[in-house]
Amino acid sequence: MLRKPLGTGLVLSVALLGATSAIAQQRVLTFNTDTSDPAPKAAFEALIADFEAEYPDIDVQTNLFDHEGYKTAIRNFLTADSPDLANWYAGNRMKPFVDAGQFVDVSDVWADNDLNAQLASAESAMTIDGKQWGVPYTYYQWGMYYNKAVYDQVGAKVPETYEDFVANCKLFKDAGIDCLTTGTSAMWPAAGLFDYFDLRTNGYDFHMQLTAGEIPWTDERVRNTFAEWNKLVEPGYITANAAAIDWQDAAALLSQGKAANYVMGNFAVATFKDGGMTDDTLGFFPFPTINPDVARAEDAPTDTVHIPAGAKNPEDAKTFLAFLARPDVQTKLNAALGQLPVNNESTVDEADPFLSQGFEMLSTASGLAQFFDRDAPAEMAASGMEGFQEFMAYPANLEDILNRLESDRQRIYK
Amino acid sequence: MTIAVPEPSEPPRRTWWQSNQQTLTPWLFLAPGIFMFAVYVIWPIFASFQFSFYDWDGLSPKTWVGWANYQELWGDRNFIISLKNNLIWLVLYMLAVPAGLGIAIFLNQTVTGIRIYKSLFFFPFVISQVVVGLMFAWFYAPNFGLFFLLTEWLFGTGTAVLANPEYATYGIIVAGLWPQIAHCMILYLTGLNNVAPDQIEAARLDGAKGLKMLWYVVLPQLRPATFIAVVVTVIGALRSFDLVSIMTNGGPFGQTRVLSFYMYEKALSEYGYRMGYGAAIAVVLFLIMMVFIAGFVWKMIRDEKGH
Repeated sequence: MLRKPLGTGLVLSVALLGATSAIAQQRVLTFNTDTSDPAPKAAFEALIADFEAEYPDIDVQTNLFDHEGYKTAIRNFLTADSPDLANWYAGNRMKPFVDAGQFVDVSDVWADNDLNAQLASAESAMTIDGKQWGVPYTYYQWGMYYNKAVYDQVGAKVPETYEDFVANCKLFKDAGIDCLTTGTSAMWPAAGLFDYFDLRTNGYDFHMQLTAGEIPWTDERVRNTFAEWNKLVEPGYITANAAAIDWQDAAALLSQGKAANYVMGNFAVATFKDGGMTDDTLGFFPFPTINPDVARAEDAPTDTVHIPAGAKNPEDAKTFLAFLARPDVQTKLNAALGQLPVNNESTVDEADPFLSQGFEMLSTASGLAQFFDRDAPAEMAASGMEGFQEFMAYPANLEDILNRLESDRQRIYK
Repeated sequence: MTIAVPEPSEPPRRTWWQSNQQTLTPWLFLAPGIFMFAVYVIWPIFASFQFSFYDWDGLSPKTWVGWANYQELWGDRNFIISLKNNLIWLVLYMLAVPAGLGIAIFLNQTVTGIRIYKSLFFFPFVISQVVVGLMFAWFYAPNFGLFFLLTEWLFGTGTAVLANPEYATYGIIVAGLWPQIAHCMILYLTGLNNVAPDQIEAARLDGAKGLKMLWYVVLPQLRPATFIAVVVTVIGALRSFDLVSIMTNGGPFGQTRVLSFYMYEKALSEYGYRMGYGAAIAVVLFLIMMVFIAGFVWKMIRDEKGH
């Protein structure tokens, strides 16, 4: 009984296959993306249309995944049914896939297209074992977003140094305003704070060594970082109960003038503006200087495209990566994304004060970190962020937190 | 039903199928169920046992580590917290049984519109756990939540339940009890329908009333309902995943984790992918559940023999 339908099915599918190969003269490039939000989706559709216009013999077929679901899906499709291209992130986030041999070495794309110079700011984040494993196409700056109206209200000036910042906090506290707001219910905003306190206290190289597991968490310099942080925690300058607040709800506190400053990524500008802020009331400045002896480094999480090891059409995939790296392509793509191009020959929209400030800030930074949960391995990131969250609620637990992180470090980086 | 009468001239020639039909048919009907159960329940259980002895990130080859995952569990502070929270869940969730009984007795009267009241009390069981979690998360939310404003008005400073490592688990359990009480209530309401009126009347003639009536006459008749209520409540407490995930995501600083959530975090979440370690947690949770399941099965067998 089973034979017949199976037979018909086979004949049918063979016929279909024959039909498609007869119709499609083009070479197919499958592209799995996580660009499910409206703006990135439109940006990528335009990118692919441009690519197909330039290379008419290549047909790009995209499989769109939900942004969060993609993080799980990628593990399945890389091993089971590889596309030719896949979105992912730079730094330690791509390391498990590189170590497992799931990404193709694309150093030749970098060498042939002068990318080592044009994508210089992201090169270290894309390099493992001296080879490049993908092409970065966008990043965005982190820094201090502030409410200009409440600065005027209490007569505070935009601070240059951390001392000025802490002095401002006193003014805000007296006026009943949270000096620094944050919502750590999803934990990562706490990591942004730690990154900046550590980068400003100990500098980029130390921060990279720490996240790479080469420095104990009980090191005196790590304690210094937390001591600086504590200048805001102990006096109650940071929004209370942050552990139960979503980052968007904390953004609302800033928009409503109940908080003055917020350490965030540039994606938050849209949320602030939804809350009624405009370019006149919302301001941005780089995280203030703590230790004048360390060079300024910034957080700039980078999004990338990779070629999976199981790609069926790696040659055209490399063509696509070279296209994606081009300055004009990155300019157009990032204008649509509302983010910053990685290629230093690209341009940004001068009319957007946050993008132009960010582009200036990142291109003059001495180093770019990827963000704590991309620089540190996943497990260390998770326990680190938990520790930062606890520190902001119970600064007295610091000793206990650092000992715990240190024992985790010794277990995780074997 | 028609019975085929065999030709009298020939002795009935029964095929193998015909002679074994009676014994085979039940198995044939069971086969799809057994197949699904084996593939989706039994096999994964054994696979989890096997994975728990490996170090595996889901991508690279597996490495055999023996009992190392279990040894690590023993020293893992987060595992101990999850285990402790699971116990708190189990104990406090049991409140749903007497509370459900109380509401059921209260609603078991004939007043106009009682159906409306019953359905209102039953309402939380119908809505999704995710919605319950969201509602309670807003209720507790700092700065704008009703509960926060209430405590602020009463004590001067507001209590953000979900930001406080000591209260957060209890806050989630209260949210979980709301639908769970409704579940127990509906079980008891159907049970109360079956309470024999003649026995109540006889007890009343003998002068029983109030608590004595409840304890000696009504409750014994509700034993099947109580059994089911306890079973669903224990299961509900042990699989408490969605509320934790929605309301706190295990926080603040991992203090509201339960075993099922910790297993998910270690094995499948963004910061996890330690399949072996996650499987070891799953095995521990399975063994805890086995204690209860074995107890329930033992009681059911005993009851069936008793009849």
